[in-house]
Amino acid sequence: MTLLDFLDMDGYYLYVWLSFGLAIVVMLALVNGPMKRKKQLLKQLGRKKRRGQRT
Amino acid sequence: MLQTITKLASLRNFYFFCGKLLPWFAWPTLILMLVGLYWGLVEAPADYQQKDSYRIIFVHVPAAWMSLFVYMVMAVSAAASLIWKTKASEVVANSCAPIGAAFTFLALATGSLWGKPMWGTWWEWDARLTSELVLLFLYLGYMALQSAFEDKRTAARATAILAIVGVVNIPIIHYSVEWWFTLHQGPTVQVMQDKQAMDKSMLIPLMIMATAFKFYFATVLLMRSRNEILERESHTKWVQEERERL
Repeated sequence: MTLLDFLDMDGYYLYVWLSFGLAIVVMLALVNGPMKRKKQLLKQLGRKKRRGQRT
Repeated sequence: MLQTITKLASLRNFYFFCGKLLPWFAWPTLILMLVGLYWGLVEAPADYQQKDSYRIIFVHVPAAWMSLFVYMVMAVSAAASLIWKTKASEVVANSCAPIGAAFTFLALATGSLWGKPMWGTWWEWDARLTSELVLLFLYLGYMALQSAFEDKRTAARATAILAIVGVVNIPIIHYSVEWWFTLHQGPTVQVMQDKQAMDKSMLIPLMIMATAFKFYFATVLLMRSRNEILERESHTKWVQEERERL
């Protein structure tokens, strides 16, 4: 089996690769979201802290 | 036993508990995904009827299974929040909704991409497809309802009722291919039967992918839950200490 045969997926390349591609994109986004959110939350908490000290 | 559960129900303890579990799910997810993808896409033989198009099964079926599994986790946590008023279970139920919605979307989208070459249509209003679409709306409805309330405790009560009522849809999805005449094929994998419809060379990578999806769900669930706890407890001292530590 050559690489080209593998990529061709018996002619079903569009459906197979779109399916796997979509799954990978969605699942990576679902991990990336909470990671970004955590950073954002920690930043917000830091700001809250500083404001608390001033008063 | 009861003491351990009550202890865990406190958000602070639950936060650290989730943190400890996280690597035990995150690393196996990565390994299982890579093994499953390689096995499913390269090692597994082509199907004699569907040729290579059947490989969509390795994402479609795990995603569809997870769409039901996540809903049950969400509904059970929601029920626990209604009965015991535990905040930790509210957090878990809330964290489930977007993950479940994503799996349901993937099951529908990959099903559509598989249906086009095999059935000749992207979509058909048959029992399996329609009930799965209803599941997507249940998840989205949960998320909309959750954000509609200012007070988190009130939101938790409203969303819990929605989640519990929505459970009726789960057996409908599962048995739809047996109860009605549908375009969707019957179950390929049956736990209770000796003779499997699927050969081991395809069944094993499917099971690896299914396990990978389970671990993935746990990983994201823990991450989301930890975030929500930090947000809810932002006024407390322990969260400030945790921020300084990080």
